[in-house]
Amino acid sequence: MSSTEGALPLHRQLGLTDEEHQRVIGSLGREPNQAELAMYSVMWSEHCSYKSSKVHLRQLPVDGPRVLQGPGENAGVVDIGDGLAAVFKIESHNHPSFVEPFQGAATGIGGIIRDILAMGARPLASLNSLRFGDLADPLQRRLLAGVVAGIGHYGNCVGVATVGGEVAFDPCYAGNPLVNALTLGVMPAARLLRGRAEQPGDLAVLLGAKTGRDGIGGASVLASASFEAGEEAKRPNVQVGDPFQEKLLIETCLELVERELLAGLQDLGAAGISCAVSEVAARAGMGMEVDLDAVPLREPSMEPWEILISESQERMLALVHPGKLDEVTAACQRWGVLATVIGTMVEGGTLTVRRSGEVVAEVPAKSLADDGPVYERPMAARPANGAATAVEGERDAGEAGIGLDGTAELPPDADADPAKALLALAADPTCASKRWVYEQYDRFVGHGTVAGPGSSAAVIRVPGSRRAVALATDGNGRYARLDPAAGAALAVAEAARNVACTGATPIAATKCLNFASPERPEVMGDFAAAIAGMAGACRALGTPVTGGNVSFYNESDGRPIHPTPVVGVLGLLEDAGLAVPSGFPAAGLDVWLLGETRAEFGGSAWQRLAGQLEGQPPDLDLDAEAALQRLLVELATRRLPASAQDLSEGGLAVALVEAVLARRIGATVELPLFEKPLVLLVSESASRALLSAVPDHRAELAALAAAAGVPATRVGATGGDHLVIPAVLDLGLDELRDAYEGALERRLAAAGS
Amino acid sequence: MKRIGVITFPGSCDDRDARAAAELMGGGTVALWHSDADLRGVDALIIPGGFSYGDYLRCGAIARFSPVMGAVAGFAADGGPVLGICNGFQVLCEAGLLPGALLRNQGLRFVCREVQVIVRSTGTPWTARCQVGQRLTIPVKHGEGRYVHDDPERLAGEGQVAFTYAAGENPNGSLADIAGVRNLAGNVVGLMPHPEHAVDPLLGPTGGRALFESLLAAEAEAEAEAAPVSTS
Repeated sequence: MSSTEGALPLHRQLGLTDEEHQRVIGSLGREPNQAELAMYSVMWSEHCSYKSSKVHLRQLPVDGPRVLQGPGENAGVVDIGDGLAAVFKIESHNHPSFVEPFQGAATGIGGIIRDILAMGARPLASLNSLRFGDLADPLQRRLLAGVVAGIGHYGNCVGVATVGGEVAFDPCYAGNPLVNALTLGVMPAARLLRGRAEQPGDLAVLLGAKTGRDGIGGASVLASASFEAGEEAKRPNVQVGDPFQEKLLIETCLELVERELLAGLQDLGAAGISCAVSEVAARAGMGMEVDLDAVPLREPSMEPWEILISESQERMLALVHPGKLDEVTAACQRWGVLATVIGTMVEGGTLTVRRSGEVVAEVPAKSLADDGPVYERPMAARPANGAATAVEGERDAGEAGIGLDGTAELPPDADADPAKALLALAADPTCASKRWVYEQYDRFVGHGTVAGPGSSAAVIRVPGSRRAVALATDGNGRYARLDPAAGAALAVAEAARNVACTGATPIAATKCLNFASPERPEVMGDFAAAIAGMAGACRALGTPVTGGNVSFYNESDGRPIHPTPVVGVLGLLEDAGLAVPSGFPAAGLDVWLLGETRAEFGGSAWQRLAGQLEGQPPDLDLDAEAALQRLLVELATRRLPASAQDLSEGGLAVALVEAVLARRIGATVELPLFEKPLVLLVSESASRALLSAVPDHRAELAALAAAAGVPATRVGATGGDHLVIPAVLDLGLDELRDAYEGALERRLAAAGS
Repeated sequence: MKRIGVITFPGSCDDRDARAAAELMGGGTVALWHSDADLRGVDALIIPGGFSYGDYLRCGAIARFSPVMGAVAGFAADGGPVLGICNGFQVLCEAGLLPGALLRNQGLRFVCREVQVIVRSTGTPWTARCQVGQRLTIPVKHGEGRYVHDDPERLAGEGQVAFTYAAGENPNGSLADIAGVRNLAGNVVGLMPHPEHAVDPLLGPTGGRALFESLLAAEAEAEAEAAPVSTS
């Protein structure tokens, strides 16, 4: 605690309000001592207890035919057939990454990997959703470089492939970048169904790194408060990662799980030992006797409360029947992993913590883990954003799905040269190639990456099976800023559409809800609206939410970020060989545009280039979206598309750039002539996809689309080394490539960053 | 079936991939453990990629002292085929079984991408079925892959350059575009690109198949020669 805070009562220094302090006293029937107060402060923090979000999260659909484990566990689990289960979750590490980008991001990866491991699954692949401010600012360049290096360092060293995600830039993230990490694991479904088997007398064995003073109060002080000037003082609250230790921990835990030596497994993340022991005991409806003398310490002078809430990385807590302890210890020794018995499960619900034989904390485990405060925080609707420009202009959807009259509504700078507009979008850091980022990540390890970064969605073959899992993360803060409900629904739709483009059926979702302070009524209003939008979209698209996390207090010096709901959707491919690639794979293919294009520019990338954020985000018709996604899967099952990708940020313009540059196959695309060609290029209407297919499939593809009620227009053909829209633009692939693939590197090199 | 031993050090990441690739290509595999000096009679060895012992000191600097490496040195001295991939290449250089050293990439960043690699020596069991000049597409992924040697001309003159990066493809600033080298006898080969990640067409390029095919074909021929033709 810094000296300036010396005058504050201890509970406030630890992040508890006076009311919460009273609630602790009520729960214990007495004043908590220092160690107990420290435990409550982290366990009842926003980060650990979801006290502000709980009442809203209940609206999300969590059940489905494939859901084996919904929210409330370390990670969600879904049935993917063949007796296998996919385990996945997304989590934020925003504040640590701002304070110390390399270690903050690295330990974020370590943490989400341990969540997957705690379910007994082998972590296979990760995706990252990142947000930064404008790269013209040297601090943002440093944050991007540090975060990417940290993610790469940790993921590469532990041998978990980093296979996708997104990176976007907006000034609102300048004082509070977002680092959301999703990890996928796979295990035999029976491993979960076997259930937990804790009994009184089971030993709590601490595995992995020694406990030090790093990350003390990370959850309460760092993750559950806004940034003010002087945040450097919080640097000691950031943990330091050791991926080598984590790699050993992964292999050790998997061996222990596979040999059925464990009665339970729990990761140590936020709130450290306090959280692990109270959650394990509370879940089992038991108590635990914990001996802090046994905990291996890096610094012997650590106080009991520090040991209890330290967030030292690379630790797991295993529950072991006494008869199996020798085998567990021997396996850990073989891997060189420390294994120490620190506690014993007991009947009753009391958590008793001793140091040097004296009781230093005695609390009901359930009270710590489950009895935290639940707030119904005041909410307020935001004032309407700008002029309502959502015009239902004259539409002729027709069969073509492209029926703009070109006058209904215009994008900013509607008379811009379309070629220049396309190049500008291609070179916009948010739309541009992220090669500079993903080349720092090992995407190959694991022998399963069918499609990696640059694809609509990552596709990971499941070891020992023909099946594959597809994963995408999406979330557009600009849409959500204009309309939180629509923004959240569009995030679900886009992630699921990306998954469907690969041919996989979306089956479940995970979410990371990045918002500003819940103590602001307008933020809670946004949050509630976003949840409602997300719930509706998840129901309509068949993707129940199996977990994730909520990250509040994303603001700096009173400047909140845009509401940024990030959604990860998981899809299933029965046969990895059916996966559809992104980008045109060959010349001589038809180019198809699926879905309906309307004049929709609210929150678009094109508006951003013009310095605007106004109007309404694209309209989302969930029935049309579901029909498109079903059609994409159906087409893939029949092996009709040679490629498929979704249209989202930057609209058709950016989709075409991605498509022609993927394998350097040009295309000539005929767009219906209308007054302003730019409208069709930069509109971000939802529920659209760009396909290529051999001409032989024309009739079948059109018939299937018609049967599905999805507008499908054959707009051109692949071939050549130019992207041509007759009478509109003609750009060589070299020029396009330079704009698109060099954009990020140029911005980073601009000032010698 | 010939058996390829794949060594696991604490921190190895591509050991499972190397075994999967060898099996996909029709080889048998044996998982070997760093602290065990028994090579269990394998016919060839792969030292896989990863971060042995965390690589906190210098890549491969600690792994070279592990008990298994003594056995690897004996196996290599007896002419056994050894392939070091990425971290395995670094380990072989540290152990003195291959010439030169690997330093931090010129760009100072980890780099993961598919590169074009050219076969320069076919006098190894891992390239015997290749043509000199043959181009293979294989991914690289490393932070410390810049190959250095104090006399690259002599190295090339003695036929010890096994692979180079194609023109314009050098991802790390390696001297003379060297991607992989061999010992004088030819049985020990190390390279930074990852052939084990390039064998399955579903997962991308397949330039790595040539190395496994070379090893397994050469062994099949040797087997055919050794075994008397039985007519029954």
